[in-house]
Parts: sequence; C-alpha cells; structure tokens
Amino acid sequence: MTNWKLILSIGKTHLLTKIKQTSIAALGVTFGIGSYITLVCFMTGLNAMLDNLILNQTPHIHIYSEIEPSKNQPVDMYYGVKNSFNVVHSIKPKLSQKNIHNALPIIHYLNANEKVRGAIPQIKTQIFYIAGSIELGGNLTGINLIEELRLFNFGDYIIEGSAKALENTDNGILLGIGIAKKMSLKIGDRVQVSPIGGDVFPLKIVGFYQSGIADVDAIQSFANIKTVQRILGRPNNYITDINVKLYDIEKAIPLSKKIQQQFNLKAVDIKTANAQFETGTTIRNLITYAVSITLLIVAGFGIYNILNMLIYEKMNDIAILKATGFSGRDVQFIFMSQAMIIGFVGGILGLIIGFGLASLIDTIPFKTEALPTIETYPINMNPLFFIIGFSFAMLSTFLAGYLPSKRARKIDPVKIIRGQ
Amino acid sequence: MTTVLEAKHINKYFKKPVLFHVLKDINFKIEKGEFTSIMGKSGCGKSTLLYILSTMDTDYEGELLLNDELITNQSRDYLSFIRNKHIGFVFQFHYLLADFTVLENVMLPAKKLAEKSLQEIEFDAYEKLRTLNIDHLAKKKASHISGGEKQRVAIARALINNPALIMGDEPTGNLDSYNSENVFDIFKRLSLEEGLSLLVVTHDEDFANRTDKIIMMEDGRIVTNPRQMI
Ligand SMILES: Nc1ncnc2c1ncn2[C@@H]1O[C@H](COP(=O)(O)OP(=O)(O)OP(=O)(O)O)[C@@H](O)[C@H]1O
Ligand SMILES: [Mg+2]
Repeated sequence: MTNWKLILSIGKTHLLTKIKQTSIAALGVTFGIGSYITLVCFMTGLNAMLDNLILNQTPHIHIYSEIEPSKNQPVDMYYGVKNSFNVVHSIKPKLSQKNIHNALPIIHYLNANEKVRGAIPQIKTQIFYIAGSIELGGNLTGINLIEELRLFNFGDYIIEGSAKALENTDNGILLGIGIAKKMSLKIGDRVQVSPIGGDVFPLKIVGFYQSGIADVDAIQSFANIKTVQRILGRPNNYITDINVKLYDIEKAIPLSKKIQQQFNLKAVDIKTANAQFETGTTIRNLITYAVSITLLIVAGFGIYNILNMLIYEKMNDIAILKATGFSGRDVQFIFMSQAMIIGFVGGILGLIIGFGLASLIDTIPFKTEALPTIETYPINMNPLFFIIGFSFAMLSTFLAGYLPSKRARKIDPVKIIRGQ
Repeated sequence: MTTVLEAKHINKYFKKPVLFHVLKDINFKIEKGEFTSIMGKSGCGKSTLLYILSTMDTDYEGELLLNDELITNQSRDYLSFIRNKHIGFVFQFHYLLADFTVLENVMLPAKKLAEKSLQEIEFDAYEKLRTLNIDHLAKKKASHISGGEKQRVAIARALINNPALIMGDEPTGNLDSYNSENVFDIFKRLSLEEGLSLLVVTHDEDFANRTDKIIMMEDGRIVTNPRQMI
C-alpha cells in the first residue's frame, strides 16, 4: 500500500527547500506550454481564417455540365460496321447548352437528401461591363440571394450597400470592387452589361462585392437569377450550376461521385478542387507542434538535470528513509511526485500564460483589404488545446522524472551509511 | 523466554576489490528484553553484521529469524515493512532528514506504518521526545540542533513504532560522558520496563560491562562470551 499523502508531503518539503531550482525547472515547463498554447491558438486561428476565406464561399460540391466530345461517336452505333475498326478524325464537341437539364428537379432531389444542408442554383455567364466608352470583360453570376446568405456567408463579402437592396431592386447588381475602381462607379450608378452576342442591359449598382482575392474582384459581379435569365433571354428553368453545401465536408467525395454517375453531370468536390489548401493547413500544424515539442524537450532536460542533482544531494535522506522502512518504490514515488509537481505547477502556469498571450493577440488590430471580415488577429481558443497542453506537460515531466527516480529507488542504503 | 532475533550460520563475503570473508559462521540469539552489546576491534565486521541483522543488507549466506519467522530471502518490500514495524536503528552518525523538523523526523516511520491516526502519532512522538528530554526541540529544524541532541532524536525515531528490537552502531560514539550515560540509562530502562531487546555495537567497555550480554568479535568470528564463561 502506498501512502500518497506522506509521499507528497516529503516531496513537497524537498521542493520547497530547493525553491530556486524548482522554480527554474517549472518555468521551463511554463515556457514550453505557454508557447504551445499561444502558437496553436494563433496558427489554428489563422487556418480557420484562411479556410473561411476560401472554403466558406466554395461549395462542397459544384455541379455543372461540361462541354466535352461525346465518347460514343455515331459511327460506333451503326450495326453495319460493328466488327470493323473505325477511325474518326478531328472530333469536336457538339455545342450543347451549358444549361443543366432538369436542374430544378435535381435541386429538389438533392435538398431531400439528409446529408445536404442546401443545394442552390446559379447561372454563370460571361458579359461585358460597359460604362461610357469603357468595355471590360467579366463574369456575372445569377444567385438566389437568401440561400447564398444562409449557406455561403455571402453577406461577409458585400462591403458597401446591402444584400437587401439587391433583393428589393429588380435590375440590381453587386459589382466587384475591382471593376468599380477601374470604372469609377459609385453605389446608385448604372452600369451597362451585355452578354456575348446579346443586347445591352442597364443595371443599377446596389453594392460592392469583395472576396479578398483581387483577380476575382476585378471581374466578378452578382445579380438575381431572374435578372440574369432575362439578360440572357432564357426561360426560368435555365440553370448552369448547382452548388451543394453538406453538413459534413468529408462526405463530399462519395456524394460527388454518386451525382456524377446518376445524372451524367460533372460534380467536383471541394477536396479535389482545393487540394493545395489542405497542404498549407497541415504544414502550419506541423510547425506548431514541432516548435512546441522542441520547447518541451528542452524543459524536460531541465527537469531531468535538476532531479538528478536533487537526488544526489538527498542521498542521506534516501538512505535514512530506506533504513526506517520506506521501500524502494516509496522513494521512487517521492522523487516522481516531485517531477509531477513541477510539471503540474509549470503546466498550469503555462496554460494561464498561453491564455493571456492568446487573448492579447486577439485584441491586436489586424486590418487588411483582402479580408473584409477580419478586425483583429485571428485566435482559435479551443479547450482541447488546453487539455493537450496539460497532458503534454505531465507526460514530459513524467518521462524526465522517471530515470532519476528509478536511480533513487535502487540506491543501496548500506553504501551510503558506510560512506559517511 | 521468547527469542526475538536469531542468526544461524551467517557468512558474508566482499567480492571486491578482492574476495574477502568478512563474517564467518555467526550464530547467536537475542531474547526478549535482553540488552546485548557487541564489541571487537575496528574492522572485525561489527557494522557489517549489524547491516545484515537490520535486513538492509541481503547479500549473505545463512539464516536470519525475527520472532521465529525466517526473513532471509524475503522480498525487499516485505523487509522494508519489517524494518519499519519491528526494528529501530540508531546510527553512529546522527542521520536525520535535515529539511524536516525534529517532530516530523520522529513521526515519519509511524506515518509510513500508518497504524495510528495523525494525532496519536504526534502524541506518541512528543512522549518519546519527553523521555529523552528534548521535547522543547520538537519544532526546530533537524539541521539546527547539536550532535548530542540529534543522537537523541534518532533514538526517539527508532522508538516511535514500539519495535521489538533496537540496533545501534556506536550510538554513543560521539556523545560526551554525560549524554552517553543518559542514553545508556534510557536503553536500560526500556529493556527493563518495556521488554525491549537491544543490540548495540560499542567500543566503550564500561558501557558494555553494564549490559546483559557481550558478544565479542574477532576477525569476523564470535570468539567468547565473557558473562557465560564466568
Ligand atoms: N564495501 C566493502 N567492500 C570491501 N570491504 C569492505 C567493505 N565494507 C567494509 N569492508 C571491510 O570489511 C571489514 C569489516 O568492516 P566493518 O565496517 O564491519 O568493521 P567494524 O567492525 O564496524 O569496524 P569499526 O569498529 O571501525 O566500525 C573491514 O576490514 C572493512 O575494510
Ligand atoms: Mg563500524
């Protein structure tokens, strides 16, 4: 049976009489854990911010109909040449519509799926912006505004004007900020747009759109689906794209494969579309953990040293304890407990300091045009990090304390008593 | 009379630096309440024998019985328990935990044994300190008292669990004659009044002559027993 109260009180007394060395060892842990918490909160905050930048406005599955040459050429279907080898030169795709056939039933079908948070239609088209004598090429996307606000945080990217204005204005347009700058347009102005090979339509500017990606902002604008359908002269079942948002992003790959097969459409999942993005996240995490573990290993060596020294100084105590009936295990636990106390105190302090620093960073202003929704440096304060950090502290001090305490366990009291 | 400690054919060798036969066929018994002293020239193996008897040294041949129970080849943890409960040890040099108070030093073995409540242990510790006339030092740090006082604290600590046997390796070795006398009186009274057995290594002939039995050692062997010869 181990009398923990007694062992802890002996360990505590040893530590208190060597308060200087103890504090230094504990500070090593504090430093390691503090920087881990700060780093990990900041790095994952950064990750989340960048994720939001791209992923929030990116659908989990993007469905469209691709223009590509048909795989079965008419000659293959002709029975008469079935057993011969047919060569067709210079195959061109049939100029089919970019339109998705039966888009509305498909959207209906997808919305009924319980994994799907929402499937919404878009019309993408190329247009020219015309203001006075300037003519600029660009993209106009017809959107279902309410659904875009709900699923893709569309409101975050409207920097002037409001989403409501677009909803209420029949011929309204949310103009990309880059275009607005180039053409010196203000809210309330009119901009004329013309689809390729179509008429010129005047639209009223109700707001500006800024995604944070300059290349996009220089060409992209938004209008209501109905407005775009009218510009293109298409009926109201004309839909070119379907964007799907899921509850669980991990389901994107299987679902996109299924859609692709079932409807004979192109369905691209977010993982495939943004593979390089995950790499960045992984590397930032790697850096965070590499730095933190390095710091903790250094702290661990500090504890190892100080404990070794302490055991050397307390040889007499160890001999006396063993002579008066403490077992080797008791002695090991006494020194182990000292390591754990150092780890515990240092770890808790580290958590507090990490929390303080992270909170401080959270208040430092960070304004950049590319990120309209960000006001201060991003911090992700996840309780899990604090649990990991604390376990880290306990584990590293346990490892650092194990070897020295095992040495103390094996010390032969007779040798020490004789040595006096 | 019941036998507290019995040594049967104890042999011990030191293998380094050269093979050295320190203890040669040691046989003796200690009865309950008996006050025994061990004498012999320096280097004849008295301390070595005491370390074996105290169960701290397990590297020997022969058999050791405590209260008729064989303790040779018992597990280390069990031997620790035996030392804690049945054996009190007083070293030649006052071995105390320097960072702890006198009272804490005395209480530690009892806390380890954990048979009594903390209040009882503290009460007992004060009792032992009082018998040794050092109760006024209870709250002092062990490193802040004199050598003679430390020796008495060590005796109080050896007594705290009311052991069957107290062993001392020259416990009065560095005490003045007054304190030496005092320690002898305490030992004598404990053996008479409380039936405590004592086994004390000493170079002091006066001290030895007043004990119940003298074990004389020479070159690792027990040679004569003057009292029994007479
Ligand atoms: N670890 C060891 N290795 C080898 N020889 C040792 C060791 N310890 C003690 N000895 C030898 O064993 C013999 C007995 O030593 P021990 O300490 O038992 O003597 P002692 O009778 O207690 O002497 P003293 O009265 O001076 O204390 C001595 O000759 C000593 O040199
Ligand atoms: Mg000796």
